[in-house]
This record gives sequence, C-alpha cells and structure tokens, in this order.
Amino acid sequence: MTIDMTQFHGVFFEESFEGLEIMESELLELVLNDPDIEAINKIFRAAHSIKGGSGSFGFTDVTNFTHVLETLLDEVRAGKHKLIQDEVNLLLTSVDCLRDMLSASRDGNDIDKENVQSIQNDLERVLGNDSPNETSSEKDNKENGNSNENVQTVSDWGIDFLPHINLFQTGNDPLRMFRELEEFGELTAEVNISKLPHFDEYDVEESYLSWSLLLKTDASEDKIKEVFEWVEDDCDLTIGIIKKQETIEVENESDKSPEAGVATGERRKSEDRRKATDRRGTASSESTSIRVNTDKIDALINMVGELVITQSMLSQFSEDFDVGNIDKLCDGLKQLERNTRELQENVMQIRMLPISFSFNRFPRLVHDLSSKLNKKIELKLTGEATELDKTVMEKIGDPMVHLVRNSIDHGIEMPEERLAAGKPETGVLHLNAYHEGGNIVIDIEDDGAGLNKERILQKAKERGLVKEDEVLSDDKINELVFRAGFSTAEQVSDVSGRGVGMDVVRRNIHDLGGVVEIKSEEGKGSTFTIRLPLTLAILDGQLIRVGNHTYIIPLVSIIESLQTSRDHTKSIAGDAELYRLRDEYIPVVRLHSVFNIQCDSKKLDDGLLVVVEAEGHKVGLFVDDLLAQQQVVIKSLETNFQKVEGVSGATILGDGTVAMILDVSSLIRLSREQSYYEKSPVLNIQAA
Amino acid sequence: MNAAVREESVIGLDSETDANQFLTFMLAGEEYGVDILRVQEIKGWENATEIPNTPDYIEGVMNLRGTIVPIVDLRSRFELERVEYSNTTVVIVLKVKSGDSEKTIGFVVDAVSDVYNVTDEQLKPSPDFGKSVSTEFVSGLATVDEKMLILLDIDHLIDANIDVSPIETTH
Amino acid sequence: MATILTVDDSASMRQMVNFTLKGAGYDVIEAIDGVDALNKAKGSNPDAVLTDVNMPNMDGITLIQELRKLPSYRHTPMLMLTTESSGDMKSKGKSAGATGWLVKPFNPDQLLATIKKVIA
Repeated sequence: MTIDMTQFHGVFFEESFEGLEIMESELLELVLNDPDIEAINKIFRAAHSIKGGSGSFGFTDVTNFTHVLETLLDEVRAGKHKLIQDEVNLLLTSVDCLRDMLSASRDGNDIDKENVQSIQNDLERVLGNDSPNETSSEKDNKENGNSNENVQTVSDWGIDFLPHINLFQTGNDPLRMFRELEEFGELTAEVNISKLPHFDEYDVEESYLSWSLLLKTDASEDKIKEVFEWVEDDCDLTIGIIKKQETIEVENESDKSPEAGVATGERRKSEDRRKATDRRGTASSESTSIRVNTDKIDALINMVGELVITQSMLSQFSEDFDVGNIDKLCDGLKQLERNTRELQENVMQIRMLPISFSFNRFPRLVHDLSSKLNKKIELKLTGEATELDKTVMEKIGDPMVHLVRNSIDHGIEMPEERLAAGKPETGVLHLNAYHEGGNIVIDIEDDGAGLNKERILQKAKERGLVKEDEVLSDDKINELVFRAGFSTAEQVSDVSGRGVGMDVVRRNIHDLGGVVEIKSEEGKGSTFTIRLPLTLAILDGQLIRVGNHTYIIPLVSIIESLQTSRDHTKSIAGDAELYRLRDEYIPVVRLHSVFNIQCDSKKLDDGLLVVVEAEGHKVGLFVDDLLAQQQVVIKSLETNFQKVEGVSGATILGDGTVAMILDVSSLIRLSREQSYYEKSPVLNIQAA
Repeated sequence: MNAAVREESVIGLDSETDANQFLTFMLAGEEYGVDILRVQEIKGWENATEIPNTPDYIEGVMNLRGTIVPIVDLRSRFELERVEYSNTTVVIVLKVKSGDSEKTIGFVVDAVSDVYNVTDEQLKPSPDFGKSVSTEFVSGLATVDEKMLILLDIDHLIDANIDVSPIETTH
Repeated sequence: MATILTVDDSASMRQMVNFTLKGAGYDVIEAIDGVDALNKAKGSNPDAVLTDVNMPNMDGITLIQELRKLPSYRHTPMLMLTTESSGDMKSKGKSAGATGWLVKPFNPDQLLATIKKVIA
C-alpha cells in the first residue's frame, strides 16, 4: 500500500513548532537549584516527539540533531546531569537551531549544516562525549538488518519452542507466530502435551503446550528469531539448522522477503525527500492554518445540531402540509434564520485568538536581551486571554517587539543605577491586554527611568523639530519620540536606538487603524499604550434604545445603569447637565442630541442613565430604555463606508437588521466638541 | 433570492459583448446608466439603519449577507426632491473604487429600467447641465433608441467626499 | 473488521498511524494520552492496542499495566511504539504486559506488518 507521507508534514511541523515553544517557555522558567521534574519531563517529551516524528517523516538531519539533544535531556531527567545556566542557554540555542532546521525542511531550503554541527558538538561536549556519536538513524539502519544480501540459502530449520506458563498474559499467541513462520516457507509442527494438567487443575489463562517445529525456508536465523522477539523472555527457544539445501539467487523485490518492506519503505522516504525539494520553487509555504479552541468547535457542532433539528422539523411540514400549521411553519423558518445567523457568527469567531499567541514570544526576548545588557528584568503578562482577530495579531507583533525592546534598552536602568535611585534591583516590564470601547488595548509598562523631557526637548530643538522659544506641554514633548530620526540614546546599541523605529512603530499601528500613546514620569517609568480596532472581533454588548433606534454599548465600559431622579441633576450654564452619583458629579450625555435623532422623551425622569467609563472619564449616557444583553460580532463600517464619530462599528442583530456599536470614548469627545460642555468649568477640570 | 432572480433576468436581456453595456434606472423622470460590470446586485428596498451625524443622502446601512453596506439616496445626492419609497423602489448595489480599495455601496433609485449596448459613436461628452444635476457625477451622454441616457461616473459619486463631520447641534 | 485503539500525544504520528490503519481497513479509536486511552478503552472492545510510550498524563507503560487489570483486556494484544531501541524499555514494557513493540521511526508497511502479527 502506498501512502503519501507528505500529507502528514503540515501537522508534523505545526506540532513541532508548538513543541519548541513549550521547550522554550519551560526552559526560561526553569529554576536551576530546584528544577521542576514535570517541567523537565515536558521539555524531554517535546524533544522526543520531534525526534520520533522527524524520523518517521524522513527529516534525518532533524532526527540526528534531536537525538543528541534528547540524550542530554534524558540524563537530566534521570538526575544524572545537573543543568547550569550556560547549558540552559545552549538548550535554548538548540531550540532556535531546531526551529531553523524545521523551517528550512518545511520550505525546502538548505539547512545550515555548519551551525547545526557546531551546536551538536557543544551538546556532545556537555554530555562528556566528544567522540562522534552513533546517530539513531544509523542504529536503526543496523537494526533493520542487512537488506543487501542477494544470496540466500534454503535450509531446514529445527525450532524447539517451549512457552513459559505466563505467555498468554501479554497477549501473545503461539498460533500467530506459527502463521508468521509459515510465510517464510514450509512449516510442520508437532505439539507436546505432556505438561497439560488434569482437567480440574486446568487454567485457561495459562500455557501448557510446547512445540517442535520444522521450517523449510531461505530466511536467515535473525529473521526467524525476530518472530519470537517479543516472547524471548517468556519461553525456552532453540533454533538450529538440520539440513542445508541448495543455494539460490534471490531477487530483492521478492514479496515474500520481509526485507522487501524495508526496501520499499526506504525508497518511499527518498521520494518524500524529493517531493520536499520539489516544493522549493513555491516560495515560502507558510501555512495559514489556524488552531481553534475545541470549545468553539463544540459550539459550532451544537449549532449544526440545532440546524439539523430545525431542518427536519421543516421538512415534516412539507410532507403533510396543512394551512392550520402556517404559524408553526413561520416559527420554524424564523428558527432556521436564527440558527443560520448564529452559525455564521460562530464561524467568524474562529478567527479570534487569545493574545497569548503574541505574548508568548516575550519571555524569551526579555531573557535574551536582559542577559545581553546585564539588566535584571521581571516580565509580567496579564490579559493573555484577551481575544483579537488573527490578522490584527499577526500585524501587531513587530511593533510590540519594538516597544518592548525599547523599554528594556532605554527604559529599565542597570541594577546599580536602580539601587542608587532607591528602586528594587530588578525592573518590571508589564504587558497587559484588555478590551475597551470596541478596541483592544495593549499596555507596555516599565518602571524604568522614564523619558528625560529636558533632553528630548533639547534634542528636538537641535534638530529643528521644535522652535527655540517654543513651550510644549509634557504630552507634546513625549510625542516627539515618535518623530522620524529621533533618538536620545547616548549610545547606539544593536538592541534599539538607531532613531529609526519609533516613527515606524507609530505608522504601522496607524496603518492598522490604531493609535499609540505614551505616558511617562521621570524616574518612575513609561507606559506605551497601543489601541487597536477590533475588526471582526466579538464583544459582549448591552442593547439600548433611543426612539426607534437600537444601539449597542460594550458591556466592559458600563459601570451601572440607573433610573434618574430630578433632584440629583444640576444644570450648569444653561445646557450642561451634571448628575449626582453618590458623592461625585458626572456629566450627562444625551444620546439623542449627540446623534441628532428623535427620542421618546427628553425628560431625564422618563429614561435611564447608563453610567459608562472610558479613558478615565465617567459619564452618564441618557437613553430611553435598556434592551437585552448579547454577544455581537463587530463589523467594520470602514470597509464600505468610513469611520463614524461616536461609533466603533456595527453589528447584525437577531432579526437581520444592523445596529451601531457605540464607542464610548469617542462619544464623550464628540459630545464635548459639539460645544455641549464647553461652557462648563467643572468639566474642563475633569477633562484636563 | 428575489433580487438575484431579478438581476439575472435584467442581465439576460441583451448579452452582446462587444459594446459597453449599461444598466439604466429611472430617477425623477430621467434615465441614468451605470457600467453593468460594476453592478453587484439589485435588491428591493428594506429599512436601513441610520448612521448618526451623516449627510441626508446617506440613508443608512443595510445587511447584505453579513456585510454592512451603506445606502445612498440618489435623489438626495443629486439634490432632487425626495419621494416616499414604494414597492418599485430598488437598491442597486455597485462596486465603487475609492482610492486603492473597492467599496460596495447601495444606491436607492426610483426603478430599474433596462440594459443597453452603447457603442462608442453613441457616446457624447457631458454638456453643462446647469443646475439640475451636478455635472461632476456625469461621465457622458448617450442616445439610444431615440432616448437620452445620462451615464454616471460612479466612483465620483462617492469620493466627491461624503462629508460626515459632525453636524452642528443646536439646542 | 478489526478495531484498534491507537494512543499517541503527537498529532502527526496519530494522523499517520490512523490513516495507515484505516487505509488497510481497520477501525480506529484514537486517544491522545494514557488517561484518554484508559477512558476510551473502558467503553469499547478493541482487537488490539497500539500505544506510544512517552506521553503526558499517563505514559504507555502505565497504560498497558492498567489495561491488563481490566478483565476484557487480559488477552488483547498491546503494542508499544518506542524510539528507545534499548532492551531496557522493552523489558519494562514486557513486564507491564505488553505483547510487543514497534521501534520508531517506522513506515506504514512496517506498521501494517506488525499489526498483522497480532490480529488474525
């Protein structure tokens, strides 16, 4: 049977890369004094799987390299070898090396053999074994026997086979072995029943028989022994030649010869290799597959189940149609519509991945950079489960890496500087992701030196970016770091600081429809905040109604909803209204005025106030009514239209109509711009 | 479903391929034509969801099989008198080029009329219309079967800026 | 047709093994580790078990040991897939109750030949 092994390569690469990620993160977290045995096991298993897979799929270079790696890991696992930091670094380098080898194999490129060999030598040195190692594939080739023998002899073999009493207990069966022997040639068997006990002592689980066999075959003694390989320790076996017969030429292709299997297998491997090389022309074969949480798939399957039920219900109506059933038919059709829509929404949700996929690369990056720069840095990751669209995630990776490098290089100080400044020796770099107002927000926060505003201003003036006598607010000064050709690093390092970059970071984020902001306090640290739109994202929404319009407020921005009472409201300078919410005053934003639409009633008493918060501001949105809460799929208005103030996107409701999703922070801005609050001194203070 | 059937029958009318084909529709008694290759589909009018703070001629957005499509009222865009929508009111969904991207936009017209083959000789540049229809949207005129068609430059219909800067609110 | 319970934590190996077995007409029950296999074994009655050795949660040796304790698995052929060609692993497997083994890497033909050894 011919099986195209290349069809399994995709999965093999995917799981191998995943395994490498596991190895990497476990290695980074390894406590050398007291290594967690389960962590070591995980690392070992990952290497082990890569070795097994690469062997089966014919990536011999990978197998050989992983074999050495695995041997070292096995010693560590068995407690025979204690790892030191340098060796952990070597293991990390090996992970990188394997990653390169696998990418090269996948894309049909050449493997950097010199690099591989040098790392392999290092590994072997650690193993205390500088002599060239016998690689696993060589060993395996030997085990597969000498398939080159063309000349074989037909002989009469005498085999005495005396199974021990427990032979059956491992599931072995003498009959099956005889059947196998029969394939080698002519077999006669003589059974010895002398040990068979008396009937009342007979135990069916035990083996009492033994055999004397006569086999006429051209197979070698090794081949015959192989039949008994599994029961070697469970029997007494003697094999010997009784009579040698004529010598004949044996064709290698002979189907009867067990070697034939090996030979064709080998041929197939080389075919696989050729196929892999053939793909070379097709540029990079980066697969665009996506890993999906099984929960999402289960949800889909459930929905398909419902769909099937609805469908069968509907087909029943058509079988014996009765006008009296028309209502039920309509219900069924509605249900069908709902099923279909839910299915669609859920299919779209498959594209959503937790940001941990993107965060995962940072432990390694921070580890490598901090050891290179001799800094002590602790990396904190939060909000890893925040989901965003796969495409957005792919594109935000590089800007994030740049900002993280920047924080490590320029932000966090050397340990001695930190101690001198009265800070803990170890700096903290915190990556945090969360949803806010239809955006995904990623904070990159360090507790380093912060931006040196004087120096930035001075540099900007030197370069003519700012006029000599110009006075800038702190925010404006911070903004300058995003200008092209701007770097204040005293020393240009190869980590960051060539002055190209921050402007590129900002441009890339803008291209994604996002913004990046910086907050910094000298001596205390800096925070870069990336805000990205969630095209295609799902959010939990609160449906609200104003007149005959339905809007959706992201649930995350809602603090509470309340019935207003007149004596809690206060009008300031005519138009602006404030509402007393316990011990604070919050501005009231009338959605009907901001959007210029009809509402049921303009009296605050008649409607509801939804208290929302965005970017640190709290306001009360005045609406007619609260409707249901539901998950909605965010659809871009910009695809076919353009950005709309106060709205982050749209969604399709259960009845197929479109509803706008409110963007709370933009709404607050909008209401302020519409000269709604300008007269209010209170608000200006709040807004500052 | 309905729309798809209608589209087929309309396109099926005349399928000689050598000349330019135009789908025509009626608007305030005039017959306008758009390049048929830009027509994605024709569907009946359904209530659109308003987009806040957009000009009057943006009727709102509709759900077109999961895509959010803005709907432009063409009478209003041409500053013609608006009429109540009726059951012949249709939305012509067009593919409009905007910068590097292609947008799908629906246009509300009074009724779909016909499909014509227009040869190059029948095409004439657009004269000055005075004030009735803004000439910036017109790519040319054509006389077919004694009838005058006004051919629209649909890309211009949109990139002649949809002005959505917040409308002044008065209290 | 005979049913085989296959156990491997590696998705690509699972795919390859199962594709091969199904292609040869066997029914396959898939499990991703020892625990999963043990659960699936309790609800079914395969004609043979084919398990990887190194797996998270429960390794192949333990799985075989556990399966042998179940009355319906006392005589079921159980094969280990192992990269360890050393006698150490084989004898560990044997004493746990394994019928035999198949040394990785193997190709589909070798796999089928081995399966044929234990399934009539």
